Amino acid sequence: MTELIEILFTVGLWASVLRIATPLIFGTLGALLCERAGVLNLGIEGIMTFGAMIGWLTVFFTGDLWSGVIAAAVCGALFGLLHAVLTVNLGLSQHVTGLGITLFAASFSYYIFRLAVPVQGSPPTVEAFENYPIPFLSDVPILGPTLFTQTPLTYLAIACVVILAWVMARTPLGLAIRITGENPHAAEAQGLDPIRIRIGCIMVGSALMAVGGSFLTLAAFNSFFPTMVQGRGWVCIALVVFSMWMPLRALLGALLFALFDAYQLRLQTVVGKAVPYQLFLMLPYVLSIVALVLMSRRARVPQALMKPYRRGER
Amino acid sequence: MRFERRATRPPLLTIGAPILALLFALIVAGGLIALSGAPVFEAYRRIFIGAFGSQLAITETLTRATPLILTGLAAAVAFRAKVWNIGAEGQFYLGALAVAAFGSVVPGVIAIPALMIVGALAGVILLVIPVLLRLRFGVDEVVTTLLLNFIVVLFVSLAIEGFLRDPLAFGWPQSIPVPPEARLDKLVAKSRLHTGLIVAVVVAVLVWAIHRFTVFGLQSAAAGANPKAAEFAGVPITKTLFKVACLSGGLAGLAGAIEVMGVKGHVSTALSPGFGYTGIVVAMLANLSALGVIFAALFVAAMFVGADGMSRALDVPSFIADVTTSLALLAMLVALFFTQYRIAR
Repeated sequence: MTELIEILFTVGLWASVLRIATPLIFGTLGALLCERAGVLNLGIEGIMTFGAMIGWLTVFFTGDLWSGVIAAAVCGALFGLLHAVLTVNLGLSQHVTGLGITLFAASFSYYIFRLAVPVQGSPPTVEAFENYPIPFLSDVPILGPTLFTQTPLTYLAIACVVILAWVMARTPLGLAIRITGENPHAAEAQGLDPIRIRIGCIMVGSALMAVGGSFLTLAAFNSFFPTMVQGRGWVCIALVVFSMWMPLRALLGALLFALFDAYQLRLQTVVGKAVPYQLFLMLPYVLSIVALVLMSRRARVPQALMKPYRRGER
Repeated sequence: MRFERRATRPPLLTIGAPILALLFALIVAGGLIALSGAPVFEAYRRIFIGAFGSQLAITETLTRATPLILTGLAAAVAFRAKVWNIGAEGQFYLGALAVAAFGSVVPGVIAIPALMIVGALAGVILLVIPVLLRLRFGVDEVVTTLLLNFIVVLFVSLAIEGFLRDPLAFGWPQSIPVPPEARLDKLVAKSRLHTGLIVAVVVAVLVWAIHRFTVFGLQSAAAGANPKAAEFAGVPITKTLFKVACLSGGLAGLAGAIEVMGVKGHVSTALSPGFGYTGIVVAMLANLSALGVIFAALFVAAMFVGADGMSRALDVPSFIADVTTSLALLAMLVALFFTQYRIAR
């Protein structure tokens, strides 16, 4: 029993929490931004897959890690544009469009990957992001090796949380986005363009999702393989509800989730064969559902979420 | 650009739009085939031959279409009422697993119908949970049904390595086999095509009849089109959505049961190449019509079976089938939009 508690006091656990949380932070922020503007983006799972693939492929051919991240962001934004044209300009069902984009983006990723990289025994790898210890701060005991010895993408994720929280709460742009998500007619009356705001938010949000996907192939692992996103996108959609549509709470949710995930991974080695490993793997998904059930009653959903906006139509 | 609602739907457009959408998907996919360096027309010819070119090809296409008809119906039934059941994949697997678990329990004479019911019930139970969570606590069923897919596949993996493991499978993780009296008969000798196809088509006609002729059919469509107006008109929304969930989950569970009894004979985690998710594409291509689902499932199955053969011959990744069908889904959404709206001058 003490072993179960001892896990909590290992530095390795806490260092891996931030690492596991990173793609979830990007994905949750992306989905949150879309939803704050009033659009549910279920393309997330596919967009993350595409980001993982295109980021990896770019690095495989150019050798430059940041080009990979930028390629992922650009492609994510393009898928976002497709989503926006269908759901904002045409006002199609956000559920079906999002799922369609997930199916399309995922299968398109696999197709391009197979074209570019013929089948081999073991998948080819790239030189992934290494941990970048922040000078001085990384020497602090406990906090140093956990918080300040991470890959640059993890620092970028934290920076994105702070920036998005600030933009949403403190800037005219954030206010405009929030009005659009609550009542696009009121936004229009204020001289804002709800259509443009929504398109912009979906594009930026989708770019964030794709960067989250690229973390998987450029930092967490160093190769791409089909189905590697493994439902992380859907977990992000659940985390948005848990976060009550607030970026700082999204960070908290992603960290909490990652803590459970990191803990169960270590628990498997302690408990060993006594408990089937599948039960541990189920835990993150069960946890997401539990979080949804607990939070849904208190959730304050953006009022215009999933309601298409057409000028002059009520 | 602005759009206005059409006063009438021109019949030519209503028929033409889906065809244009399919053509669009095939043209874009053609471009992707060209990207791989393969001759495009030769590729499409081989897809067609691979799907319909011989008796074996046709039986393979129909075998592939059978579960897709049922998962397509599961999505169509749910989406009509705006119950977003994205969990057909999980319901499919749980239905299949239930058949393996109860296969040796039910007596041989009634084994086939009894096991179909057992499989369907497993699907019902799995969908009723998230739908009740939505009706009771307002939990969005999209995410819960999606997450349940992952949980169920892990549960299947747990079962076939544990309490349902086949000790005679040389260490392969697969379930104990379904007893011979519960296997579905072959429709064509020396093929994989089984009587499940007939069941699927009959069920599709039944679902069409339910939608067309029963009060429940009307209520479910009304609950989907405008729940507030429907409630005002006296439609019991909660009850209707609950029934929709039972029907939809049951269809997906039945799909899994039939696939196990008709094709594989045992459950493994490779039982479904995404039948649940592809069912959504099938339903949307059919514009949620139960009879349309039969034809949409045939098209999708033909793409997959044909692309397999083409892929081996021309070295084009077989993922082209997934790309084409998902593009067709997106194109179909746009095409259906333009049957209802037009660009305002």
